Amino acid sequence: MALQAIAFYLLAAATVLAGLAVITAKNPVHAVLFLITSFFSAAGLFVLLGAEFLAMILVVVYVGAVAVLFLFVVMMLDIDFAELRRGSVRYLPVGAVVAGILTVEMVLVSASVAANGAASKSDGPAPLTSVTNAEAIGRVLYTDYVYFFQIAGLVLLVAMIGAIVLTLKHRVGIKRQDVGRQIARTPASGMRIVSIKSGEGIDE
Amino acid sequence: MTIGLGHYLTVAAILFTIGVLGIFVNRRNVIVILMSIELILLAVNINLVSFSVYLHDVVGQIYALFVLTVAAAEAAVGLAILVTFFRWRGAIGVDDASVMRG
Repeated sequence: MALQAIAFYLLAAATVLAGLAVITAKNPVHAVLFLITSFFSAAGLFVLLGAEFLAMILVVVYVGAVAVLFLFVVMMLDIDFAELRRGSVRYLPVGAVVAGILTVEMVLVSASVAANGAASKSDGPAPLTSVTNAEAIGRVLYTDYVYFFQIAGLVLLVAMIGAIVLTLKHRVGIKRQDVGRQIARTPASGMRIVSIKSGEGIDE
Repeated sequence: MTIGLGHYLTVAAILFTIGVLGIFVNRRNVIVILMSIELILLAVNINLVSFSVYLHDVVGQIYALFVLTVAAAEAAVGLAILVTFFRWRGAIGVDDASVMRG
């Protein structure tokens, strides 16, 4: 149990500190790397809770896809990030006050929910059974929530099409293959016979 | 010393607040604002998963899975809009996007 507590505090501290580093880092590439650290530590917290499947999904989806997408965009766009940070300190006092109040409120609500809410009657985290976490999720996800699962796939499809449509750029003056035109080409439209006078050559 | 539900909820609350604070202090940098939103969604996911585990009900984890899906879609579309906007304006500051303001 003590080992679990040590692991929890290490992972929680890593998650929170990396989260703080994300919003304070001067270099956005560092911010993305700290975001990856934060998500990785949160995945560790999920493993500690016994939700291994979601932890692995978090690593694959966030570290493998979303964070790399962020990194790609940060490196692709040529932006003066120092200029963007100008005047950000102005909002720090108001932001700190709001954040402080929000933290105190949410921690108090969390503590009271944990002590008196529906979960307070539970006898601790779900015990380990022969059914693995992935199997338990699959049993519910593909039966009761199958339509939601399909809609989630649809959301991803729409997002993919949207991202492609937004970033697709039709440049002019580039030679592209047009299969239809190639097939429709006939000898009559493709060549002509000219008679050339000797010593003069052809105009075009 | 046992780690209870309250501990996980506290971590999620702090992470949520960090995300909100990130939007405050980086209000001109769209990329950091998007990353702050990702942090907020991660805090929500931690809440969902810890409640799911402590209530012995796996549905919370399925909900977290859907939140993850929507967050990934949001990041993809948001960054695509950002790339388009950068091509158009050559800048990504939030105050550069003031053309539609009346």
